[in-house]
Amino acid sequence: MKKIGVFICWCGSNIADVVSVDKVLAVISKHPGVAHCEYYKYFCSEPGQRLVEDAIKNKSLDAIVIAACSPSMHEATFRKAAERAGLNRYQCEITNIREQCSWVHRMKKGEATQKAIDLISGTIEKLKLNESLQPITTPVTKRALVIGGGITGMQAALDIANAGVEVVLLERAPSVGGHMSQLAETFPTLDCSQCILTPRTVEIAQHPKIKLITYAELEELSGYLGNYTAKIRKKAAYIDRVKCTGCGLCIEKCPKKIPSEFDLGSGQRKAVYILYPQAVPNKPVIDPENCMYLLEKKCGICQKVCEVKAVDYEQKDEIIEEKVGCVVVATGYDLYPVKDIAEYGNGRIKDVIDGLQFERLNSASGPTSGAIVRPSNGDVPKDVVFIQCTRSRDPEKGVSYCPGICCMYTGKHAMLYKRKVPDGQAYVFYMDIRAPGKDYEEFIQRGIEEERTLYIRGRVARLYEENGKVIVCGIDTLTGKIIEIKADLVVLATAMLPRATAKDLAKKLNISTDEYGFYREAHVKLKPVQSNTMGIFLAGCCQGPKDIPYSVSQAGSAASKVLALFGSDKLSSEPIVATVDESLCAACGVCVANCPYNAREIDEKRKVAVVKEMLCQGCGACVAVCPNKACQLKNMTTEQVMSIMKELE
Amino acid sequence: MKILFYPGCTLTQKAKNFYDTAVAGFKELGIELEELKNWYCCQADFSLVTDNLMAMLAASRNLVSARKEAAELAVSCSTCYNVLKRTNHLLKNDDAKRKAITDFLEEKYDGSLKVLHLLEILRDNVGFENLAKKVKNSLAGLKIAPYYGCLLLRPDDEMQFDNPENPAIFEDFIHALGAEAVDYAHKSECCGSYLLIPSRDVVVARADKILSNAIDKGANLVITSCPLCQFNLDWTQELIKKQKGSFPTIPVFYFTELLAYALGLIKDFDKERHFVPPIIR
Repeated sequence: MKKIGVFICWCGSNIADVVSVDKVLAVISKHPGVAHCEYYKYFCSEPGQRLVEDAIKNKSLDAIVIAACSPSMHEATFRKAAERAGLNRYQCEITNIREQCSWVHRMKKGEATQKAIDLISGTIEKLKLNESLQPITTPVTKRALVIGGGITGMQAALDIANAGVEVVLLERAPSVGGHMSQLAETFPTLDCSQCILTPRTVEIAQHPKIKLITYAELEELSGYLGNYTAKIRKKAAYIDRVKCTGCGLCIEKCPKKIPSEFDLGSGQRKAVYILYPQAVPNKPVIDPENCMYLLEKKCGICQKVCEVKAVDYEQKDEIIEEKVGCVVVATGYDLYPVKDIAEYGNGRIKDVIDGLQFERLNSASGPTSGAIVRPSNGDVPKDVVFIQCTRSRDPEKGVSYCPGICCMYTGKHAMLYKRKVPDGQAYVFYMDIRAPGKDYEEFIQRGIEEERTLYIRGRVARLYEENGKVIVCGIDTLTGKIIEIKADLVVLATAMLPRATAKDLAKKLNISTDEYGFYREAHVKLKPVQSNTMGIFLAGCCQGPKDIPYSVSQAGSAASKVLALFGSDKLSSEPIVATVDESLCAACGVCVANCPYNAREIDEKRKVAVVKEMLCQGCGACVAVCPNKACQLKNMTTEQVMSIMKELE
Repeated sequence: MKILFYPGCTLTQKAKNFYDTAVAGFKELGIELEELKNWYCCQADFSLVTDNLMAMLAASRNLVSARKEAAELAVSCSTCYNVLKRTNHLLKNDDAKRKAITDFLEEKYDGSLKVLHLLEILRDNVGFENLAKKVKNSLAGLKIAPYYGCLLLRPDDEMQFDNPENPAIFEDFIHALGAEAVDYAHKSECCGSYLLIPSRDVVVARADKILSNAIDKGANLVITSCPLCQFNLDWTQELIKKQKGSFPTIPVFYFTELLAYALGLIKDFDKERHFVPPIIR
């Protein structure tokens, strides 16, 4: 039989004031199998740990119980001490007699002492059946996949690549840049968005460690931490993007014009197009839904004019595979569609636009070359109304949360408008001003004091058109007066939403989403960029609405997690995982369906359930559901659980 | 086909023309509106005081007695429709209040009655396409402003009638009669309702805003399904005229008046029950 040592910690007075350590010592010393028992004020201290080590060596102990604080505090400390004394770390168990005993039973000292004795006895019985285990190790592919080529994804890719690690950067659109490439200027410093973004896009394109794949989407992710295989669908561009020189002749000659998605309807593009003039890669794609040749075999002009014969109408979607060790998800956000807001005209009023449309109007590279004009007739608007919190902070009709950036960009819009139209008036309807970032509050105040932006605290009930104006019916809740403004232009700060495709991707990646559909972090404070699946990291607006500075710092944070993961050649993980007694397993698959970590599968050849040990988190869900009791958790077998229960009777 | 019908008090007096044209029009379309026996006033106002169950007794009695006779109840007046439908919604979904009310009434009721507006019956039982086929006097050439007011549409989650911000049922009705529906901004704005008594100015200002907007958009006439809206929009036009010096008046009809006219059942409208002369051509 194992020779077991028990160490009862006083934790100063934390335990000893409530639990009678003398009595515990007396009772436990007589417990069958206990070869050594002692107490001490602080076993976690240096001399305390030495006491433990000495006892293991001098009394040739096979296993030890530390009765002290929570294992989340000092399990690692004492397991290291046990290892130093020559024991396997899994022959050391903690009994929590502080948080789960002395702290919560301060008024019932006698019963607390008995509870401590029972808990320790249970641990001793369990420990008698503990196996010595070794950590599970696996080789790691030191290559990262970043999904999303907006500012967040680009920053994460650069941070990883600059550390010398290879990155595959995947972007759905034909070019990288994301929403930030649509912005005119950025708060609170009013840098031109393109000017601070384009150096990044160029660096991405030229970086030897970054493999940029645009116009492509993730089809499937298989494997596990350190060893993923990503199946990627490269959409047919109908242009050989290797041959293409980006001369732009095809775009110039294409006869088909359609509203540009990049300009959100205010500008036009051709059926063969690049997103915007500075796009990276600067090579066009053909839009099959609008190309007259692909639709009806008419036209074909682009093929005729292309000097390097890059146009290929026969091109098909291509599936490629990339091996990576981990994934950074940075897929960004969508805006609440104006067409879904009935009281603001369902998108039928031309002079009612959203914040991104205003950015395109205001952008020097936008369809109006930066002139702010009314979409309905091209006139310069003299009264512009900005409505904040449109469908955000509105649980009845929209979302409950505050996106946290609208106050800032609306303040910026009003300021930039005033600079371009000095005799115009900007009105902002607001609920509260939320400007908690660095230099943010000062920025808002500048708009109010220097540009005379008129802030009206209240909501707007409706918008309608009358005599060529947009009538804004609202209320000023500070004076209680109903307000009507005849506006030339209305800009809605609509709620930021998860991508429409977010749930789809979450399924492919096996990560979870919150009640709104944003990707859920593993811990809101302590693991903000980790998903609940090991090796999948989150950054930027896909995890929740945020501004550029916050997105960029999250990208850096995710990159550092990737690099930490790639710091060693092998990944190791806890060996407390599920096992299968193959003689009992009927391959019914209940464990597969109930595993939250995708760690179980059926080996179809041998007709048994198997455990992917790298993915298993030892939660025990499969053990509980297995109808044949074929699943067991290492060092927490049914027999062990029953032996603990016996002591607690 | 017979449908149990709740006319409401106003339709027996001030809005007798609404009652007569509704019954005649529906009969022509093959639907007999059979009046609920011993109906009470609906109380004309859905109490927003959550514990004021007394204010729901009259509506509840009507619902209970209607359910004894039929599964559906047709309502014409927007206000009655609002009060009855919301009370029914409460009786169906709030277990504690249903128990308190039915215990007091010494009745059993589960909220299973379907409260329908006449427009819904036109849409779902008759069908606007069938209605169009039965029109004898087409209203082609007329521009009609539909006036929904608030009570037909709101609150949305209880009424479930039509999109409160962008409704369409009146427009479909107007098209069925051959006329053109005028799209104007204030079709579902409030007319001021009972404020007519304590603050007449509010109602006059609102009527002016609503009607001016409809006239601006080229409307020849306005239709509604609420006797109070009809009165407020019709009667105040004289005051608007006085206040502004001039005002191009516009007649305000119950939709059933136009229904009966289009079906060839009446040639003229009840002049005594209109302030602005009810002339459509």
